[in-house]
Amino acid sequence: MDGELLRDPTRRFVLKSGAAAGGGLLLSFTMAAEGNAVEAKRINAYVRIAPDGKVTIASKVPEVGQGIKTALPMLIAEELDVEWSAVTVEQALADAKVYGRQVAGGSMATTLEYDGLRRVGATVRALLIQAAATRWNVPVDSCETEPGFVVSGKNRASYGELAEAAAALTPPDPKTLVLKDPKAFRIIGQSHKSQNLDAITTGQPLYGIDVVVPGMLFATFVKAPVYGAKVASVDLAPAKAVKGVRDAFVIEGGTNLNGLLPGVAVVADSWWAARKGRNALEIQWAEHPTAAQSSAGFAAKAAELAKAPPQRTDRSDGDVDTALKSAAKVVAATYSYPFIAHAPLEPQNCTASVKDGKVEIWAPTQNPEPGRKLVAAALNVPEEAITIHLVRGGGGFGRRLNNDYMVEAAAIAAKAGAPVKLIWTREDDTRHDFYRPGAWHNLTAGLDASGKVTAWKDHFVSFGEGDKFAPSCGFNATQFPCRAVDNYRVDVSVMPLGVPTGPLRAPGNNAFGFVLQSFTDELAVAAGKDPVAFRRELLGEPRLLGEPGKGDSFHTGRMRGVLDLVAEKSGWGRALPKGSGLGLACHYSHLGYVAVVMQVTVKDGALKIEKVWAAADVGRQIVNPNGAEQQMQGSILDAIGSTLRQEITFENGAAKQGNFNTFPLLRMADAPDVEVHFKLSDNNPTGLGEPAYPPTPAALCNAIFAATGKRIRSLPIGDQLA
Amino acid sequence: MAFTLTVNGETRTADVDGDTPLLWVLRDTLGLVGAKFGCGAALCGACTVHLNGAPVRACVTPVSRVGARAVTTVEGVGKTPAGAKVQEAWKAIDVPQCGYCQAGQIMSATALLTAKPKPTDAEIEAAMNGNLCRCATYLRVKKAIKAASGQVEV
Repeated sequence: MDGELLRDPTRRFVLKSGAAAGGGLLLSFTMAAEGNAVEAKRINAYVRIAPDGKVTIASKVPEVGQGIKTALPMLIAEELDVEWSAVTVEQALADAKVYGRQVAGGSMATTLEYDGLRRVGATVRALLIQAAATRWNVPVDSCETEPGFVVSGKNRASYGELAEAAAALTPPDPKTLVLKDPKAFRIIGQSHKSQNLDAITTGQPLYGIDVVVPGMLFATFVKAPVYGAKVASVDLAPAKAVKGVRDAFVIEGGTNLNGLLPGVAVVADSWWAARKGRNALEIQWAEHPTAAQSSAGFAAKAAELAKAPPQRTDRSDGDVDTALKSAAKVVAATYSYPFIAHAPLEPQNCTASVKDGKVEIWAPTQNPEPGRKLVAAALNVPEEAITIHLVRGGGGFGRRLNNDYMVEAAAIAAKAGAPVKLIWTREDDTRHDFYRPGAWHNLTAGLDASGKVTAWKDHFVSFGEGDKFAPSCGFNATQFPCRAVDNYRVDVSVMPLGVPTGPLRAPGNNAFGFVLQSFTDELAVAAGKDPVAFRRELLGEPRLLGEPGKGDSFHTGRMRGVLDLVAEKSGWGRALPKGSGLGLACHYSHLGYVAVVMQVTVKDGALKIEKVWAAADVGRQIVNPNGAEQQMQGSILDAIGSTLRQEITFENGAAKQGNFNTFPLLRMADAPDVEVHFKLSDNNPTGLGEPAYPPTPAALCNAIFAATGKRIRSLPIGDQLA
Repeated sequence: MAFTLTVNGETRTADVDGDTPLLWVLRDTLGLVGAKFGCGAALCGACTVHLNGAPVRACVTPVSRVGARAVTTVEGVGKTPAGAKVQEAWKAIDVPQCGYCQAGQIMSATALLTAKPKPTDAEIEAAMNGNLCRCATYLRVKKAIKAASGQVEV
């Protein structure tokens, strides 16, 4: 049933019997909600089967629009052997002891769950077969399943009839079960629609911001523009005088930018009253050591660091300096990109209730467990006393991997003495993000007389202190063409940062793809070679660079596969009118290989993206082709939006941009058609929420170069074509 | 003070300050949470509702200015022929990713199709350009509008 969790927010799963380990499979749950006319039998933590054969499957990972609430239950349903139409999906509670990793991040859910959740389904099927075999007194081997039924000879029983007996049995070791031959898949590999479509299209309660708890008040929370500055003084009286405002108070907070920061809360009968109360506040913020930092200051320091000897070297293969001296051609360029915000359309929010030492939270989080720790520390309660409901998030993009809104809601609710729904304003959301950090890459490469890359050097200038990068500010030095170029070096210099930073869709890679694939394009031009041919040469023979099984290993053959496919589909090499061009880029991230071609026209400084072609290799199986297309198109259009116009800048220690007029999202008129292709390869299936993003900015900028001869080395593109 | 509103064909009253945006009256007072808060400044379109069939941004529309005009939200728009077609097309094409903006998209699309039963691409872009989708479902939004207007098969 769509939206069910929110129609009755007190409904919850309650632990009935905490039997042994086994990946949580032996844990049995029962519904605490009353009025369940049909008693559905919970077979394990993931599957409940009703007498009429209706199957309810729990989805363990938070849903923020990546479609995981469809894809993961499909894995269970496939091996359970039921009709997908008989399946209802419910969001699981946050409970790491039962479900293990519950993180919507890193495009890792498919990668990590593809085998395990199929085994969950196979386990339930085995129990149903065992129950049937016992009932009929026939050997287990004589039993087969058809969707929703166990059959043996003339015997036939529905899963619904067998559920009660199956639930009482001891499950087999999931590792001993034989999974389906992929050729027999009936659900995996077929397109299935998103969950909660009815609720979304008819406006039923579904998101964090829609949560209603009895007796709930509404809150806003004002933090200092300068990150972490304390409240020096505040006159709360004008806020308290606003009609509907129940209370206003200071939250002391700490200094950890990832934790509870200082601020002033206003709690009211309605959010509008809370907002009016907030507007009436007169807050003096304390002085803070980062109050002078600015984007201009960062850029000046970066230029200074680029000229100075690097602070350290993170990787050095061969002898770059000698190779550069003997190169036939040396190409040098500096690339940079800005801080950007996640800007999910649903502003950060969270609902919390603190009562009798227990905390109950409804959070649109991508990563509940670190939030639980923050709340436990802030409220001084044991982690076990905190219940976290995973509520659908109106976009995530990595923003909700952090849980600042969660600890804020809990702290405000504790002080208010009533359940509280905290809702940030858009400006709060833009100015208090964990930004994708900006950085500078000072690149130098050498080509020999044949146009082969003989040396590659990057002096990476970023943020951090000592030998540590600030969060999400690092560069993994094994990025291609590392290990494909004999003389390769990554030098690093960092400067301090007083701005919260964190993962944004394809963290790191979303910027590295732009830098590495744009500079590769420059080298192709310098070598006088076609960009596709040049990349084929750079990739060389199909082989694994790095160690098998390591996330940073890179298979040149898999990249060649998507490169060739996208070149074919886009008609690479065809002649285009003056002012138009094709650009290409390919990048590996999150275990996925993606190549993108873009066709653009630039006329009188106005850019039009005509069309995008993309090819991805994420292994041997696309779990849900419908969702896969959505994630590919979404990632690519997301990247186009950020590349065109997005930038967060800092002045006097604070972010300048506040709303969508200054931090513009892509609009329909600027969204080109995106044609998506998949290259199946004999590798384990991996995730698709992120890997199509990183090659996109470079494909766009390379297309602009092809159309105009102008090389974009600094993002966003903004007015650079004018 | 108490305001009497006609919402989705029903008479509702809300005892709120006159400057309260219609969005918050719908969401917090009347319990209709389909219209969403995205920007509070008429910049994203997530809060779009109809007043006498015309799309407005509820986040900047004070309740005192609604008057006798009929309010239609995504919860009630399915009762109109165009709204029903739009919602059906949205589901058939599976437009949403996170889905947060979709109520606003559906309301703008319904207003478009009511005014122009067979809109061109340019007309669709002009009518929908104020509705932001952070997941960038624009390709499917456009396709769903064409499907709802009988211009493409689902």
